[in-house]
Amino acid sequence: MTPWLYGVILAMCGVAAVLLVVDLVRDRAAQDSHFLTLAVLEVLLLVQLVWGCVALAGTERDVSAATFVSYLVTAALAPVAGALFSLAERSRVGTTIMLLAVGTVAGMELRLGDIWSAGA
Amino acid sequence: MPRPGPSQELSTGWGRALVFGYGVFAVAATGRSAVQLGMHADRAPLAYSLSLLAAVIYLLATTCLLLGGRTGWRLAGVAVLIELVGVLSVGTLSYLATDLFPDRTVWSHFGQGYAFLPLVLPFAGLAWLRHTRPRAAGH
Repeated sequence: MTPWLYGVILAMCGVAAVLLVVDLVRDRAAQDSHFLTLAVLEVLLLVQLVWGCVALAGTERDVSAATFVSYLVTAALAPVAGALFSLAERSRVGTTIMLLAVGTVAGMELRLGDIWSAGA
Repeated sequence: MPRPGPSQELSTGWGRALVFGYGVFAVAATGRSAVQLGMHADRAPLAYSLSLLAAVIYLLATTCLLLGGRTGWRLAGVAVLIELVGVLSVGTLSYLATDLFPDRTVWSHFGQGYAFLPLVLPFAGLAWLRHTRPRAAGH
C-alpha cells in the first residue's frame, strides 16, 4: 500500500476533525466547507480503494484479502453515509455525525495499516 | 400539541447521531464476527460467539431506533441493556481471565480497540431512551 496516501488521508481526517470541532464548539450546523472537506476525503478514499486493490493483486504479502478489501470499501462508504445523515440534521447533531464519520474513517485507516503490515 | 408519536423522536435529533453510531458498530461487529467465524471458528469459539452476539445486538438496536414507536423503544431498551451488560462483563473478563479470550472481540477491554466507544454507546443509548420514553404512563 502507498504510505503517502495513507498519511494524506489521516492528515485530511485530522483537518476535518479540527474544522468540525471548531463549529461544534460554536454550536453550528455542518457548513459547506465541511461537506467540501468530506468530498475531498471521499475522493482520496476512492483512489485508495482502487490503489489498494491493485496493490493487493500485485503483492507477495500474506494479506487477508477479504478483510482488507472490506475495510477499503467500508472506509469509502463512511463519509457518504455521514454526509447524508448530516444533511438530514441541520444542527450541531449533524456536525457531530460528521465528526463520527471522520473518526470512523481514521480508525479504519489505522486498521488498514495494521492489516497490511501484518501480512509482511 | 397533536401528540407526536415516539416513532418520530427516536431517530431524529441526537437519535440520528445514535443511529449512525450504532449503524457503524453494527457493520463493524458483523464484519468482524463474519471474518472470525468464517476463517477460524475453532480458535476461540467463546470470543467469536460473543462477537456474533454483539453484532446481533447492534443490528437490533439500530433497527429499533430507526423503527421507533413504543415497541421499538422497548426493544431498543432491551438491546442496549444487554449491550451494557455485555461490554461490562466481557470487558472485565478480558482483563481477569485472559485465557477465555485468546482473540479480541468488540467488547474486549471495554472496547479499547474501538476508542472505548462500545463503552460509551450503551450509556448514550440509555440516556436517549430515557429522554424519549413514552409519557403516557402516569404511574
